[in-house]
Amino acid sequence: MHGNRFRHNFLTALLLAPATAWLVVFLVLPFIAIAIFSVGERAPEGGYQAAFTLAQYANLPARATAFWNTMVLAPVGALACLLVAYPVAYYLALQAPQRWRLILLALVVIPFWTSLLMRTYAWMYILGGRGIPALLAFVGIEDVRLINTPGAVLLGIVYGYLPLMILPIYVSLERLDRRLLEASTDLGATPLSTFLGVTLKLSLPGVMTGFSLVMILLLGEYLIPTLLGGGKVFFIGNALVDLFLQSRNWPFGSAIAITLVAVSVVVLIAANRISTRVSGARRVDLI
Amino acid sequence: MSKSYRDGLPISPEKFVDQLMRLKRGSIGRRDFLGLTGLGIATAVMAREIGIMPTPAFAAENLGDRMSIATWPNYHDPQTFENFKKDTGVAVEVNVFGSNEEMLAKLQAGASGWSLFVPTNYTISTYKKLGIIEPLDMAKLANFDGTQEDPRFTSEGTIDKVIYAVPKNWGTTGFAINTKKLTKPMTSWKEFWDTAMAEGDGRTMVHDYQLTTIGNALKYYGYSFNSLKQDELAKAEELLLKVKPHLFAVSSDYQPGMRAGDAWMTMCWTNDGAQLHRDIPEIAYVLGKEGGEIWTDFYAIPKDAPNKPAGYALLNYLMNPQVAVKEHLANGAPSTDARVNKLLPKEVLDNPILYPAADLLTPLEFGAAATLTDPGRAELMARFKSA
Repeated sequence: MHGNRFRHNFLTALLLAPATAWLVVFLVLPFIAIAIFSVGERAPEGGYQAAFTLAQYANLPARATAFWNTMVLAPVGALACLLVAYPVAYYLALQAPQRWRLILLALVVIPFWTSLLMRTYAWMYILGGRGIPALLAFVGIEDVRLINTPGAVLLGIVYGYLPLMILPIYVSLERLDRRLLEASTDLGATPLSTFLGVTLKLSLPGVMTGFSLVMILLLGEYLIPTLLGGGKVFFIGNALVDLFLQSRNWPFGSAIAITLVAVSVVVLIAANRISTRVSGARRVDLI
Repeated sequence: MSKSYRDGLPISPEKFVDQLMRLKRGSIGRRDFLGLTGLGIATAVMAREIGIMPTPAFAAENLGDRMSIATWPNYHDPQTFENFKKDTGVAVEVNVFGSNEEMLAKLQAGASGWSLFVPTNYTISTYKKLGIIEPLDMAKLANFDGTQEDPRFTSEGTIDKVIYAVPKNWGTTGFAINTKKLTKPMTSWKEFWDTAMAEGDGRTMVHDYQLTTIGNALKYYGYSFNSLKQDELAKAEELLLKVKPHLFAVSSDYQPGMRAGDAWMTMCWTNDGAQLHRDIPEIAYVLGKEGGEIWTDFYAIPKDAPNKPAGYALLNYLMNPQVAVKEHLANGAPSTDARVNKLLPKEVLDNPILYPAADLLTPLEFGAAATLTDPGRAELMARFKSA
């Protein structure tokens, strides 16, 4: 028996080896490098110079605005995605005719085949002066500005992250036991209370998964604010790009990156707790 | 029938079976492979037809089939790279940047992948100090003629008599205005900033580039474009923070916004000013009478360039006045090379955007090397952007 157990463990380790190696090379090692950078100093010409100081962490308040903007953008963006995604997922899982379902799902996923950069550029043209404003000018509404506004950024975020929100909600709604809906109706619940008490509640794990997924990605977002927001509003992602590419202050950038990771972990744990408490059921297994 | 049908066959049946058996044994040489598949003939024909075959000038070295150049937005005639590919078989990948700081960051991080790049005058001494650019092997640049260059623009490419960079063109940094939207005539940086907060509200762009954005804010008060003095920089920051909520964008790629009519006014380099004015005549180019920047962009080769032979080949190609003149006509910036100026049409030489009056040129300053690496300026720009 003992030998069998050992062989089993060994086999498991062997099967996990590629994933473990991947994690070590692409996650653990870079993280260690960034941690080392973060206690260093900016070299006179920029870059990194070995040292041991916590000065970079003490300097974090200098990017307080960026942290604040990000902390607002991530939940607001995720919420906006959720509001658009839930009805779509609901329709796909519970309303759409069976034979259309796969096609509709494919339509949700297909945009992912093109790079987000390309699709965001497309929005730059649609929102820019030769796009919708030109159409508006044609009917007499002059000098409308859509690009480089907070609305444009929000639109870009909803557009870019929507599939990530739709899919987990769709999965949790798909698994829903229809007999529960019938039971609820039989027991005299209105459609609204059935939705709130049964459908919504049972889909909460999916909602939380989608919400956390979108929120984590939004914590590092910088492309959409740069392209559709005109680079006027700074998020942590933009601060990082700037510190590594313009100021060339790698230690400060690293300290911010480490802090961002710490914040993300806290957000995830909180999301887990909330989800467990609200749904009383499955945990969100993202970490 | 005087001739056997076999005479016309490309290969005799015996030879064919021979080859087949050899292939079955798994033995095939490169020549056999090319011959058997017909790829050899095809390659030879194609090479001659489309010019991949090395011309004598390039025959000495293997140029590979691709290289990468780092440069600025709207800076080259795309046809130049097409022609270069036709002549040498080397495809050129173009990487576009918004600031010298970004280029430096990529080179410092290592393995940028560029075989040629376009740094601005004031950065070259830093590149040399960091040991990340190559002293140019002038023997490989037969098309360059230093005696024809105007030393006012080109001296910063040479350090301790060693040439590290050769000039592409020079220019100024002013601002472009859509005169249909902003009708009041403007002549100064003071008016630029004031208009940004008034008629130009929500329609003004500044560069995502500390040198020019901070420098031109300094000019509002008449300070040096290159100032590193704390009190002067503090005044510039105050102005920038005041203007920030009124801006359309902070970006160095301002042509799309200006062309689409979303932006009405922007900080602008000579070449973009010339291009915008050429295509949309109501867009005017203005030099601040307080001064501002004059610059030269150079070509240099990174030490870790993955394809130096192709880098030199493209650089030499670009130094050919016949090629350079087409670049200037497309790009719009004035040349440092007397041979090119001779080939430029009169209307280009008479264009005041390209060749401004002397009294406008006199107060302009070349960027100072210290501004590139100064942490104070970098942090100021970041505070402005994050505000």
